[in-house]
Amino acid sequence: MSDAQEIATRPASEVQAKETGTGRTAGLVLRPPADVFEDAEGITLHLDMPGVSKERLSVQTDKNTLTVEGDVQIAMPESMEALYAEVHSTHYRRSFTLSGELEPDKTEANLKDGVLTLRIPKRSELRPRRIDVRAV
Amino acid sequence: MFGSLTNFESLFDELRRMEQDVDELFGRWAAPAGIRSVSRGTFPPTNVGATANTVDVYLFAPGLDPKGFEVSVQQNLLLVSGERRLPLEEKATYYRQERFGGEFRRVITLPEDVDANRVEAKYRDGILQISLQRKEAARPRQIQVQ
Repeated sequence: MSDAQEIATRPASEVQAKETGTGRTAGLVLRPPADVFEDAEGITLHLDMPGVSKERLSVQTDKNTLTVEGDVQIAMPESMEALYAEVHSTHYRRSFTLSGELEPDKTEANLKDGVLTLRIPKRSELRPRRIDVRAV
Repeated sequence: MFGSLTNFESLFDELRRMEQDVDELFGRWAAPAGIRSVSRGTFPPTNVGATANTVDVYLFAPGLDPKGFEVSVQQNLLLVSGERRLPLEEKATYYRQERFGGEFRRVITLPEDVDANRVEAKYRDGILQISLQRKEAARPRQIQVQ
């Protein structure tokens, strides 16, 4: 696997610097756990974002970056008190850097039961080609 | 009835601050842990909230079939178990595998006044919400002053 084909997360410091810059996400941000795999046609990501509905999800891509953000919405009575909590935020955010052979414009996104699946295809001319070795 | 999200955040922030204060006072290691408590990072992450009438448990368990959950209540213990299958793509190269896969089981200790006979569970957007009614006798009652 060459370096160019690697899909890598940004350095944490870079992302955090951005987050504290905006007032909205100055609090805690959840980093959704991800599975990332590559096959001949492209790269697939699965991200766990429980509590996020389609309306509260944002997937943004530019040439180099993929950013996923979402907000948890839970119906909850006003008078509710927290007895115990392991999830301390309602905002998810995570970014990945992309590489040149991918086509982020053609990203397909699918959200089901709190799992976001993203499929980023490779440019067809850059897909690995299988070379047959002939016996002479 | 929909509490605002900011409200929810501040609620848990407050709890976290309290927790930190307690940690500082007694030191992490000296404080006795609940006999059924688990280490952080156990799947699925769980929040518990309470009102005067109900206790609500939120399990952040995405990508599961709602029929696959096994939920039972024994007095004030809530047991939730299930299995999350994450099939591997055979012809793919994996770079990251951070998501939880496999069997899970959690036991959550609830306040003692929950009614084990009146429990509802629903699954939406990957969160399993279990609502338990509190017993009538235990609810605070408003007393009219004549």
